Amino acid sequence: MTDSKYFTTTKKGEIFELKAELNSDKKEKKKEAVKKVIASMTVGKDVSALFPDVVNCMQTDNLELKKLVYLYLMNYAKSQPDMAIMAVNTFVKDCEDPNPLIRALAVRTMGCIRVDKITEYLCEPLRKCLKDEDPYVRKTAAVCVAKLHDINAQLVEDQGFLDTLKDLISDSNPMVVANAVAALSEIAESHPNSNLLDLNPQTINKLLTALNECTEWGQIFILDCLANYTPRDDRESQSICERVTPRLSHANSAVVLSAVKVLMKFMEMLPKDLDYYGTLLKKLAPPLVTLLSAEPELQYVALRNINLIVQKRPEILKHEMKVFFVKYNDPIYVKLEKLDIMIRLASQANIAQVLAELKEYATEVDVDFVRKAVRAIGRCAIKVEQSAERCVSTLLDLIQTKVNYVVQEAIVVIKDIFRKYPNKYESVIATLCENLDSLDEPEARAAMIWIVGEYAERIDNADELLESFLEGFHDESTQVQLQLLTAIVKLFLKKPTETQELVQQVLSLATQDSDNPDLRDRGYIYWRLLSTDPVAAKEVVLAEKPLISEETDLIEPTLLDELICHIGTLASVYHKPPSAFVEGSRGVQHKRLPARAGSGESAESPEVGQSGTSEAPPAVIPSQGDLLGDLLNLDLAPATTTVPSVQPSMQMGAMDLLGGGLDSLMGDESDTLGGDIGGSPSMGAALGAPAAMPAALSNAPAVGGGLGDLFDLGGGVGMPTGFYVAPKTLFLPAMKAKGLEISGTFARRGGIIQMDLSLTNKAMSVMTDFAIQFNRNSFGLAPAGPLQVLTPLTPNQTIDVSLPLGTTGPVMKMEPLNNLQVAVKNNIDVFYFSCQYPLSLLFVEDGKMERQVFLATWKDIPNDNEAQFQIKDVHLNSDAASNKLQGSNIFTIAKRTVDAQDMLYQSIKLTNGIWVLAEMRVQTGNPNYTVNRNKESCQ
Amino acid sequence: MIGGLFIYNHKGEVLISRVYRDDIGRNAVDAFRVNVIHARQQVRSPVTNIARTSFFHVKRSNIWLAAVTKQNVNAAMVFEFLYKMCDVMTAYFGKISEENIKNNFVLIYELLDEILDFGYPQNSETGALKTFITQQGIKSQHLTKEEQSQITSQVTGQIGWRREGIKYRRNELFLDVLESVNLLMSPQGQVLSAHVSGRVVMKSYLSGMPECKFGMNDKIVIDKQGKGGTTDDTGKSGKQSIAIDDCTFHQCVRLSKFDSERSISFIPPDGEYELMRYRTTKDIILPFRVIPLVREVGRTKLEVKVVIKSNFKPSLLAQKIEVRIPTPLNTSGVQVICMKGKAKYKASENAIVWKIKRMVGMKESQISAEIELLPTNDKKKWARPPISMNFEVPFAPSGLKVRYLKVFEPKLNYSDHDVIKWVRYIGRSGIYETRC
Repeated sequence: MTDSKYFTTTKKGEIFELKAELNSDKKEKKKEAVKKVIASMTVGKDVSALFPDVVNCMQTDNLELKKLVYLYLMNYAKSQPDMAIMAVNTFVKDCEDPNPLIRALAVRTMGCIRVDKITEYLCEPLRKCLKDEDPYVRKTAAVCVAKLHDINAQLVEDQGFLDTLKDLISDSNPMVVANAVAALSEIAESHPNSNLLDLNPQTINKLLTALNECTEWGQIFILDCLANYTPRDDRESQSICERVTPRLSHANSAVVLSAVKVLMKFMEMLPKDLDYYGTLLKKLAPPLVTLLSAEPELQYVALRNINLIVQKRPEILKHEMKVFFVKYNDPIYVKLEKLDIMIRLASQANIAQVLAELKEYATEVDVDFVRKAVRAIGRCAIKVEQSAERCVSTLLDLIQTKVNYVVQEAIVVIKDIFRKYPNKYESVIATLCENLDSLDEPEARAAMIWIVGEYAERIDNADELLESFLEGFHDESTQVQLQLLTAIVKLFLKKPTETQELVQQVLSLATQDSDNPDLRDRGYIYWRLLSTDPVAAKEVVLAEKPLISEETDLIEPTLLDELICHIGTLASVYHKPPSAFVEGSRGVQHKRLPARAGSGESAESPEVGQSGTSEAPPAVIPSQGDLLGDLLNLDLAPATTTVPSVQPSMQMGAMDLLGGGLDSLMGDESDTLGGDIGGSPSMGAALGAPAAMPAALSNAPAVGGGLGDLFDLGGGVGMPTGFYVAPKTLFLPAMKAKGLEISGTFARRGGIIQMDLSLTNKAMSVMTDFAIQFNRNSFGLAPAGPLQVLTPLTPNQTIDVSLPLGTTGPVMKMEPLNNLQVAVKNNIDVFYFSCQYPLSLLFVEDGKMERQVFLATWKDIPNDNEAQFQIKDVHLNSDAASNKLQGSNIFTIAKRTVDAQDMLYQSIKLTNGIWVLAEMRVQTGNPNYTVNRNKESCQ
Repeated sequence: MIGGLFIYNHKGEVLISRVYRDDIGRNAVDAFRVNVIHARQQVRSPVTNIARTSFFHVKRSNIWLAAVTKQNVNAAMVFEFLYKMCDVMTAYFGKISEENIKNNFVLIYELLDEILDFGYPQNSETGALKTFITQQGIKSQHLTKEEQSQITSQVTGQIGWRREGIKYRRNELFLDVLESVNLLMSPQGQVLSAHVSGRVVMKSYLSGMPECKFGMNDKIVIDKQGKGGTTDDTGKSGKQSIAIDDCTFHQCVRLSKFDSERSISFIPPDGEYELMRYRTTKDIILPFRVIPLVREVGRTKLEVKVVIKSNFKPSLLAQKIEVRIPTPLNTSGVQVICMKGKAKYKASENAIVWKIKRMVGMKESQISAEIELLPTNDKKKWARPPISMNFEVPFAPSGLKVRYLKVFEPKLNYSDHDVIKWVRYIGRSGIYETRC
């Protein structure tokens, strides 16, 4: 039998002919005609005009013909709702047919007819089929409930189908159970709070029993559903794990990955010292490796997941490096992923092998792959110190090949190596300089310029080299321009005599001839620094650079945890939360790993996970500190040098007033608390009085916190004390929120905390119905009133609102401590963002401690709670500083002068009753302050 | 879940289009064609996201199969399903080609209706499907009531892969241990990576519902028995046991039993199927050793000498030996001399292909070639792809041995002894490469 002939009819009048054939008396002819119709439909022709004629053929005892008609119906019923009703009778009748295959066919098809008028008629037949004696019909009916729910959710609830569906979880037939679980999971996804899938130890037990008996697909449905369950304790968790592990030997990779998901999630709850925990870790490695012998597409899915697993639990695969070696014939997408994992697994033990491999890869054909391989060699140097030398010589070999993109990539990574091991490999600079002319990519040019600037004193012709770049300054990309500016300033500071002209030239190019605000701002800063205080300039520009991180491209921990809960799914392939690529309500609910038993947080975290709407997506923290980082010439391609999860602690330069100490008070080891708090007021003088501030600057856009701050403060030196308010920063870009842009800042005015927001409508339509909500946070910040946006926000309009905040909301420790997750709703959707508030927001007015109390408390505080750091380049005397700090509710209790040093003793009280005591030493003439901090809590 | 499934020919014309979900429109069909099929560049990912719609695709010869979704589906499941879909189609009408698909489009729609409901994969075992979906139209309308319920209970039942009432005059089974041995060796002869991926394929022609138990020289099992101290030959068999890194089983195998006792018991499907897959990395017998020697003589000449050594018992015979020596793109002429077999330079494949029909163990053979090169101003050095090799040997390079396959059928009166059993070992080259 050859059906291909149906594809070839293209002549005119075809529809008319078909119509005649459909109405023919001969059964065979009818069937032929329907086949032709389906073929045309497949190709994309509109055959909806034949609707009544095709539906007429439905009343037949020929099952093949019936199936074809049904196929047609599913496609066109929606466009012909009135006529589709003609089909209802047949469905109702077929649902009573003695043949279970026909009953199932009817119930399967009718769920696909998406016409409101019809659905009501289908409830009765569906109810019968859900209780049918034949499991084949029941398993089909279970899925039909999900179909109906998609069309009319209310109807399904009213008719009580959800309860019937829940009953099917206890069905005797494993496939019915599996389909019921699949249907319920899907329905539950669109009702995040319904608790529809009421998972308890009894149902879990039923699911685990069905797991052993149903088809491979059913096992996937059940495992995916199990992964949503949170066991009550570590015992239950272990017993589920024990029953899931056999699935790791299934031939179907999806079953294996779903089992891995359940195990990875429940493992969180097991105590690490448990024997079983170790056994489980060992059991996970072999199946993951086996996935790599599957077909390439599945390998890709597996590798993307392994990438997550290696980040979460590196111990699982640490001995399996070899299996990730790239094969010559692997598709490129598999090669790139393998390379990624190789870098993650590289360690001192296997580095020799890895390097040998990477060197091979660097000679392959695919450009992307070669680039990545070169970059990987650099990463190895940074990660494994012992190998650095070998890596550098490998990179030099590669540079000798003169293959353009290899050279450029190598230079970019060598710059990172210089960062990590300063003053060690400078001998290679000469080789690098030889290749200057061949660099045409911005990143490579910028890297090369950085190297020249950084080692200007050792490169004889550094000025010539930089000058050569300067010729086409305006054609360069911003990255290169910024780098060139910084490099020339560095050069000037190192060799001031011969480069005066050059620095003049670059500063005027950057400030006068450029439209780029970043470049202009940086130009002005340098200019002013150089003209007022070259010593300070030297300290800022040639400051010691913070260490560069060993790991790159790590996924932010909260996101990683969420993705672990999505192992095997698209989210794990994209490395994005579902909300980033799924429309509507389905993706909003965030999944979380369960907390380990016995840890302090275990009590509250699981339930937090369920409160879908108040959860902000774990957006990577906006790097507000970038600009200041720039000034310190740290802008070396942030993606490779900073770990996204760690907030650049260089924010506000060295002004980390409350830095590590507060953290240790809160029982936290990390020292990542960004500190652009009260310290800022005293920064003002650093610039000296801005002599000729161009008008353009005074209304400089709030691109990055750093510069704005500086100028605000510059103007504020002589002003009376007052709370320091940072300029507004962008909280939510319009791109992410369907046109709504939110920027804002925090202030404390008259003892009331306020969040100042600017809402801008960048969409085409009017926005209304604004509301705001906070997630639980470290200090219980919560809106004290509604968001006052009374008039609708028209396109391109901006509204400024002040939202009063209270501190009596629910408390949960955030990372970093001053992180605030906010949800904003409007008529379009709900949007989430996270921002950070200055801790000085929480300093209360009655924070002045009695002298006696202060003395007593100071002595009582253990040394552990003490932290010390320096504030550099502040040109205020102690009185002015103390005055300034008082504006931010940092009170000076006492002052004494010892050896020309002023010692200020200060107290701060936080809204939650925590006291912070500080000693600040100010040496006259020395612009550096030393601060000792002591913390004490008295709730 | 899967929102829709499309099959395209190489030009991007739609051959089959089945939409399961309302959120997938007809424009999705075109989006994939324009963005992936017509993009005409190397596929950078098997998953493509176009306007918040995700496309999963696999290619079989020049046919594209694409599954579409707008949800966060289980990606591994979608690919597994697409492969399964290919298996089912192949089982019904042979090779997946444009012609076969067009000829069977009604059947394909019928299958898609059955194995994918609202985007959820359902039973897709060909054995079960063939009982009620056939190429000769639908069978079920002429069935008796018992037959109908037998079908439905099989499709939904615990043993979905086998039907009741199978009868053979002669009970017979064939076991094939098929291994592919993979090697990556450095030019100096250091093993960079080597592993065997093996499959045990079974053809069973057994009556009734036979209960089978399969045993092999798995180190864990042998060691366990050794501990009991009951057998005399513990020492001997212990030496011959192999360490299996990992194995996966056909869904008929009781996994929980394997997990607890490491015994492989099952009721097999009728006919041919893959019982298990396994992977080993320890003590692999590498059937051939390739020793390359490449010398660049000036800028326009290469001298290549390759020696192959067979490394197995002299009584065994390797077949279909093929060595592929890559040549640079700017090759202008090649002269080859080989001791054994035939060697030819194939310009279209950029390689010298050396074929030897048969070779016994513990022998060696050699080829030398002179490659003339055209002068180029291409700065990039020739990447020197690895020398690859193909062969077939009549043993299992992993060392795996089948110890027993016992058959019990309590209801019918035939015993394990009445079953005729055949075992065969075939070792083939997987990716067997030596860098030069």
